[in-house]
Amino acid sequence: MNKKIRILIGKPGLDGHDRGAKVIAAALRDAGFEVIYTGLHQLSESIVEAAIQEDVDIIGLSILSGAHMTIFPKILELLKQKNAEHIIVIGGGIIPEEDIKKLLKMGVKRIFTPGAPTNDIVDYIKSIIR
Amino acid sequence: MELLQRFLKGDKPAIARVITKIENGTDPKLLEEIFPHTGNAYFIGITGPPGAGKSSLVNAIVPKLLENNKKVGIIAVDPTSPFSGGALLGDRIRMNDLALNENVFIRSMATRGSLGGLASKTKDIALVLDAAGFDYVLIETVGVGQIELDIAQVCDTTVVVLVPESGDAIQAMKAGILEVADILVVNKGDRSGADRLILEMKFAFELRDEKINWQIPILKTVAIENQGIEKLASTVKFHKEYLERSGEIEIERKNKLVLRVNELIEEKIKTHLHNYIIDQKQLKKMIDKAYERKITPHYITDEIVKKMFLKKEV
Amino acid sequence: MSKDKWKKKYSKRKERDINFSNLSKIKINPLYTPDDNEDFDYDKDLNYPGEYPYTRGVQPTMYRGRLWTMRQFSGFGTPKDTNTRYKYLLKHGQTGLSVAFDFPTLYGKDSDDPLAQGEVGKCGVAIDTLRDMEILFDGIPLEKISTSMTINPPAAMLLAMYIVVGEKQGVPKDVLTGTIQNDMLKEYQAQKTWIYPPEPSMRIITDILKYCSENVPKWNTISISGYHIREAGSTALQELAFTLANGFTYVDYGIKSGLPVDTFAPRLSFFFNSHLDFFEEIAKYRAARRIWAKLMKDKYHAQNPKSYLVRFHTQTAGCSLTAQQPENNIIRTAFQGLAAVLGGTQSLHTNSMDETYALPTEKAVKIALRTQQLIAYETGVPNTIDPLGGSYYVEALTDELEKLTLEYFDKIETLGGVVPAIEKGFFQREISRSAYEYQKALEKKEKYHVGINIFEEEENVEIELLKIPEEVEIDQKKSLNKVKEERNNSKVKETLIKLREAAENRENLMPRILDCVREYATLGEMCETLKEVFGIYKEPIIF
Ligand code: B12
Ligand SMILES: Nc1nc2c(ncn2[C@@H]2O[C@H](COP(=O)(O)OP(=O)(O)O)[C@@H](O)[C@H]2O)c(=O)[nH]1
Ligand SMILES: [Mg+2]
Repeated sequence: MNKKIRILIGKPGLDGHDRGAKVIAAALRDAGFEVIYTGLHQLSESIVEAAIQEDVDIIGLSILSGAHMTIFPKILELLKQKNAEHIIVIGGGIIPEEDIKKLLKMGVKRIFTPGAPTNDIVDYIKSIIR
Repeated sequence: MELLQRFLKGDKPAIARVITKIENGTDPKLLEEIFPHTGNAYFIGITGPPGAGKSSLVNAIVPKLLENNKKVGIIAVDPTSPFSGGALLGDRIRMNDLALNENVFIRSMATRGSLGGLASKTKDIALVLDAAGFDYVLIETVGVGQIELDIAQVCDTTVVVLVPESGDAIQAMKAGILEVADILVVNKGDRSGADRLILEMKFAFELRDEKINWQIPILKTVAIENQGIEKLASTVKFHKEYLERSGEIEIERKNKLVLRVNELIEEKIKTHLHNYIIDQKQLKKMIDKAYERKITPHYITDEIVKKMFLKKEV
Repeated sequence: MSKDKWKKKYSKRKERDINFSNLSKIKINPLYTPDDNEDFDYDKDLNYPGEYPYTRGVQPTMYRGRLWTMRQFSGFGTPKDTNTRYKYLLKHGQTGLSVAFDFPTLYGKDSDDPLAQGEVGKCGVAIDTLRDMEILFDGIPLEKISTSMTINPPAAMLLAMYIVVGEKQGVPKDVLTGTIQNDMLKEYQAQKTWIYPPEPSMRIITDILKYCSENVPKWNTISISGYHIREAGSTALQELAFTLANGFTYVDYGIKSGLPVDTFAPRLSFFFNSHLDFFEEIAKYRAARRIWAKLMKDKYHAQNPKSYLVRFHTQTAGCSLTAQQPENNIIRTAFQGLAAVLGGTQSLHTNSMDETYALPTEKAVKIALRTQQLIAYETGVPNTIDPLGGSYYVEALTDELEKLTLEYFDKIETLGGVVPAIEKGFFQREISRSAYEYQKALEKKEKYHVGINIFEEEENVEIELLKIPEEVEIDQKKSLNKVKEERNNSKVKETLIKLREAAENRENLMPRILDCVREYATLGEMCETLKEVFGIYKEPIIF
């Protein structure tokens, strides 16, 4: 057996802040994950479609633009529509505490905020997969 | 519904899951079940050095292949980091125009360890897309050398992409990539040096006399500006027609099956030898003896192989 | 005592177990003495402020003549919301304006564009048409205030709107002062707000250079920005080298388009970061001035001394601020602001303590503004010019950064120059590697960040946040619709066709854009029109 954790790192919307997404992608690669990066300015629809075709275990969204309350629900909804609710959604970026609470209720599994060590993120993902 | 049924209906999540199972080797029976459904797709390999514009070319050419209601499956292979075993797969960035097309399926793959193994997995996944009903299966591989030679084995048409940047052409020739080319593309035709490279390549090909019936076309493209793409697509289609018309396609595909069988035999024997036959402790003892010149390497080999032929199951 | 003797003494003692290097990975010596500046030549290397090569500052009087401009970057919600914030800032002693636009505006999209969904007014002010710009500057006299606009691919359109607002206020073009960022090279490298590919982008920029040199002579046409490069993760050295390389590339293109260097170079300005390593930052600004002056003189043979000047704005480093123990950010920002002033900045933005949470609240931004007012009015630092000039350490570091910058220039040259190096992903790769290395250095505790990897606390941060109500998007779309109903749509169409023709025929775009703006064409309409001619940029894959 040759199983690897596969994760899609997505930058939805117009947000161009990609420093964090790239740092996370590199850290996950160095932790032995297969990381699919779809680039900047993605529609939620493309992210979900890519996640399905790539059969990833997780979608990780990086949102620093303040559009998180629009985008996360949309991604969750699309996953539901496409019968792909088995794909776990996590995220990070500039997201206020009160919004995090709401997002977790909606079904986002976890949100990381500035200062989160990449090691913690790696450990967390390993702990929820398998 | 059963995974397989959904798969055969062309359900994308099911296709994706079947690929994963084949890739991870978790369900050995699966390939047998889908194999009867293969044989309908036309396989196109796109290979060349990193950054040559392979993904951009795929992005540009696929719309042409989709004409007449055709479906296209794409496999994009990128190297696994030898240090961590992880990989960053970014080919999709270039193929964003295709991301939402219903008749397109894109899958990124990492090489995961051994190179031979990769080629083998990729070939099986190409079969998966074949069985899933894609009319064309495009396989993009990076790097120079053995992998693309190997993958060319399953492709009906292999497109080798070069760019005017110095060194690539020579490297490619050395690595023998040109040997597998059915079509040669000089991409980044907007950069200086493109025309010179085309001349060089024409000269190199004139010196060859194999594949005499198919004169290898050398095309110039600018993938990001959609230039030369129409011509590339029609050349691919023309090569397909040529193979079909001349009957070469059957010969080639049978040849390829022979090669595939040979390869699988080798693979099987290798794993079998290593996993079950060679007793490492015993081998070490024998090597010590060989070192003292008491027995020959040939003797050791015979001992091991004899043991293998005694086994009935593989 | 000889230095060797001292060194011996020193090496017998124990050092703290940390890595004594700065953020550019330059090793720092325990002590700097005259022999670290061996070929030091006061007249050649430093000279007097306002004199070539301007190491000590661009004006003879510096802050004894006039303090730096205090300019807080700000914008959010509707034009009305932001107008209110500007008036608040001006009331509290701010001396210039700096407009932050929202994401759709940054990308030349209207508020009703599908990709704008959820982003209208969130990260800056939403501007769709001239009408919004009129509201934004309502009651703010443009002849009295200088305005900086952080806008890049649609810079020409926003400048045109500003010019027309001026016209309506009765302020002629040649009186207007301010800056548009208009620095596309660093967009591909770092900030990632792009629309068109590099070549057409450079053409728009040279059109602006030409138009402004003839019509808006006091306008700063490009703000060549290292800030974004640094925030995307580069080191100080990379920030310095890439920014200047970009600057020289604009000069090359300007000359290539037929403009004599001295007609546009005096209007180029710069924008740098001020990060954590205090002296490294100061040396960076000093080195920037010297390198630019030397090359503008020796390589580009500029005659007008104004072409030699690096006049720059500084913003403190947002990426150095922490969500943890946010009050510490006030202190970090104070150090960084001080470094910028010691480095001779012409204007300054100091970040707010709530940087990692949201756009700043009124209170947070006031503290940030007060921070620079403290530097100006209490510390005594502005009393003398370049107080660190002659410091063995600062001079050695300035020399070192200059030397390493020139090495980077060579590397860029071998890649064929800045634009080809962008296409090859050189800068993007350098920057994202540095970002990742910095992250790893923090996690391995090779570098410290209080609250992150040292002196951490379990805490429950209670902080007041600015919230942008969802109604902003609805309101903005409504007012956009209203404009579309009220304007003369056939006139709009006509001006857009003319714009398209100008783009195809290589005519200067500025007069055509001004015509569109006057007819209340939307930003999206203008940018889409140009897209049809110029195509769109696609991001290369670089990690
Ligand atoms: C760097 C930066 C920039 C750089 C971006 C460079 C780049 N290529 O990334 C520049 C200078 C270009 C920039 C520009 C702008 N910025 Co800015 N920027 C920042 C800043 C200072 C730091 C962000 C950062 O990179 N941090 C370092 C990385 C490593 O951390 P991170 O992204 O937070 O990621 C960590 C976690 O969040 C988490 N994480 C993040 N993503 C993911 C994803 C997954 C899957 C997981 C598991 C975890 C995870 O893990 C990471 C590691 O700890 C923040 C404020 C701040 N200090 O956070 C403002 C900030 C994000 N920017 C802001 C704004 C407004 C802008 C502009 C819109 C300003 C304007 N109007 O012009 C522009 C937009 C440009 C664009 N194209 O997007 C606002 C956003 C406000 C909001 N959301 O309400 C902020 C919060 C500043 C502020 N307070 O005003 N910016
Ligand atoms: N100038 C130019 N650049 C191209 C062309 N085709 C691709 N590129 C650029 O080359 C880079 C690598 O392209 P990509 O398709 O990812 O190459 P791959 O690694 O071979 O798949 C990208 O930045 C593309 O934009 C072309 O025809 N001309
Ligand atoms: Mg590729």
